[in-house]
Amino acid sequence: MFSLLRTLWLVFKHAFSPRITVRYPQQVFTLPPRWRGRIILSRDPDGQERCVACYLCAVACPVNCISLQATEDETGRRIPAFFRVNFSRCIFCGYCEEACPTYAIQLTPDFDLSEYRRPNMVYEKEDLLISGPGKYHDYNYWRVAGVKVGGKDKGEAENEMPPVDVRTLLP
Amino acid sequence: MIDWADTVWRLFTVFAVLIGALLVAAGLIWVERRLLALFQNRYGPNVVGPFGTLQVVADMVKIFTKEDWVPPFADKSVFVLAPTIIMAAVLLSFAVIPFAPGFQVVNLNVGLLFFLAMSSMGVYSVVLGGWSSNSKYSLLGGVRAAAQMLSYEVFMGLSLMGVVLLAGSFDLATIVDAQARGIWYVVPQIVGFVVFLIAGSAETRRLPFDLPEAESELVAGFHAEYSGMKFGMFYVGEYLGITLLSAMIATLFFGGWSGPLLPPFLWFVVKAAFFVGLFILLRGSLPRPRYDQLMAWGWKFLLPLSLLNLLVTGAVILAMA
Repeated sequence: MFSLLRTLWLVFKHAFSPRITVRYPQQVFTLPPRWRGRIILSRDPDGQERCVACYLCAVACPVNCISLQATEDETGRRIPAFFRVNFSRCIFCGYCEEACPTYAIQLTPDFDLSEYRRPNMVYEKEDLLISGPGKYHDYNYWRVAGVKVGGKDKGEAENEMPPVDVRTLLP
Repeated sequence: MIDWADTVWRLFTVFAVLIGALLVAAGLIWVERRLLALFQNRYGPNVVGPFGTLQVVADMVKIFTKEDWVPPFADKSVFVLAPTIIMAAVLLSFAVIPFAPGFQVVNLNVGLLFFLAMSSMGVYSVVLGGWSSNSKYSLLGGVRAAAQMLSYEVFMGLSLMGVVLLAGSFDLATIVDAQARGIWYVVPQIVGFVVFLIAGSAETRRLPFDLPEAESELVAGFHAEYSGMKFGMFYVGEYLGITLLSAMIATLFFGGWSGPLLPPFLWFVVKAAFFVGLFILLRGSLPRPRYDQLMAWGWKFLLPLSLLNLLVTGAVILAMA
């Protein structure tokens, strides 16, 4: 019986405590940087596309909202010919970001996606690509990968020794 | 010979009370949502109109444009009739409340009995609504409502008998007069007041006692099959019930319109509004009891308590006489 009255009093006291509601459209607020919102494709510090079109994100996606096609540019780098995210399907689980070996695909704190027409929710590569490196500023996949691409031969990557001529090891 | 001035005044009272009660009940929907939000550190409806006051209008527009759906398995005539009963019963009860000296629709000498009779009529609305829907959730809600409201009605009447003994009348205007001359009956009848508060909120099926609707168990209970304005009538009927109950508590235990300085009608409004706020606070803070707890609490505790209260009040009055 006393606990009921105490409950009444405690709830009544809340009338004088500040309201926690954030009045969203009028009140601007910042979300934490690791918030899982709109998907972007980032570029490496040199301004080149990070995505190597490995399809891991498309495989990891539980709702199949990512589709892409791999191709090679003139320097020999693998890039996606097209990269398409259907945001009307996306559930913002972040599995694509976890799967990505090159930090290319990232989720951003931008959450207020809305369109009047459903096809407008399908974002193409040019809509997804941003000009910066996103959350990982210094990482450059092609500079650490031991793959020969235009302007960089085998053995010239960071933390990499020049290739060994195996024949010189013969007894 | 017809007294025209008197007739016009009476007509004015009737329409003022009718429209006033409906407007207050509709406004309460907004008040309750804002107050609950205040208690829960939220804002509540604050966009439509100044402070969100036009939210009720928006809701009304929405509810009137909804499809007025009667389920094919329902008993149609009873289904349509049920929501009107609660509105009619509660609105009729407003007829006997003295809002201010001379401002009363009818001055019945059995006003209190009339109020109790009308609140018994309200049970029919809920039970018939639940039964005619022909759905198991509605039926369960209706059965619960019947049991709950019948049990709590017993000592709701008994808890008021102490007031009747003290005032020596069933006439609400006389009861208020007696309090205006003496002390408010909440002092000698504190037990009766508490019992009436509990029984009254059980009678209006307010949240600590909302077992007939209990959305976590019965979807929406007796009005699960209702939509559109028929649901709206149940909804407004509930808020009319709160208004009526607060007005009755103010009348019976807190001296009605009597009070210093302010005009009588304003005093009445202030007192009634306080209890409306209290009911909203009750809704915001207390959990729903289990069904057997509700019954045991009613029959094993509140009924003996109200009988004891009646006994002691009678004995004291006899000894004083």
